[in-house]
Amino acid sequence: MLIVFYLAAIVAIVSTILAVTRSNAVHSLLYLIVSFLASAVVFFVLGAHFIAALEVIVYAGAIMVLFVFVIMMLNVGSETEIAEKKWLSIKTWGGPAILSLVLFCELAYVVLTKESLPGSEAIVTPKEVGISLFTQYVLGIEIAAVMLMSGIVGAYHLAQIKKKSKHRFLGGEE
Amino acid sequence: MNTIPVEQSLLLAAMLFVIGLIGVLSRRNVILMLMSVEIMLNAAGMAFVVAGSRWVQPDGQVMFIFILSMAAAEVSVGLALILQMFHINKSIDTKTLGKLHD
Repeated sequence: MLIVFYLAAIVAIVSTILAVTRSNAVHSLLYLIVSFLASAVVFFVLGAHFIAALEVIVYAGAIMVLFVFVIMMLNVGSETEIAEKKWLSIKTWGGPAILSLVLFCELAYVVLTKESLPGSEAIVTPKEVGISLFTQYVLGIEIAAVMLMSGIVGAYHLAQIKKKSKHRFLGGEE
Repeated sequence: MNTIPVEQSLLLAAMLFVIGLIGVLSRRNVILMLMSVEIMLNAAGMAFVVAGSRWVQPDGQVMFIFILSMAAAEVSVGLALILQMFHINKSIDTKTLGKLHD
């Protein structure tokens, strides 16, 4: 189990360094997704299976999709097509693919060798997390819900483009 | 059973946090700065999970879930602000924001 942890840690650090140093936003986004997947493997090895699943679904899934949307929205213009061809070269996806292959080999190793799973005494099950979340931390859940609601409303309000003229009759006179 | 040493897991979290901090301080592209903030939040959550698995308590994972929801709200608002900044400045370079100075 230690070798799985060390390999995932090395993949996480290498992909994070590459994500921070790339000049192209899409390249660093790919490396960042690999970094989150490696973090998910680390969480799995630590015995936090529920958090590992959440990391893949929410961080590598939902939040990164938001980034992809915004990067694609900001890259409008005629040079997009040339850039699109450039992104499909092996230089772009080769590095993330190799790092993901390492993570995939770890996944196969963990699945194929059952005995290398962490001992049952170190695992915190989703049931315990849920019980703690909705009894001890129920106030925190409500505060998080209010914060997410205000986040949705704030994002909607901030992202809309304001019209230049207030009214169709008032617009021409100015 | 061979458990993961706590010191090395915390070292990994600290290294990821420092890489994210370097990214925030050194990059000028706003999207990359926001991504570096995500790296830092993830590293902080990893420290919580490591502590939670050390003492086999669910509190660390609960804190990670809170950090996750906070990161989701922060990213949605931050990306909306970036869209407005691009609409006004036609650039996502933080250097263009310096004209507020004059």
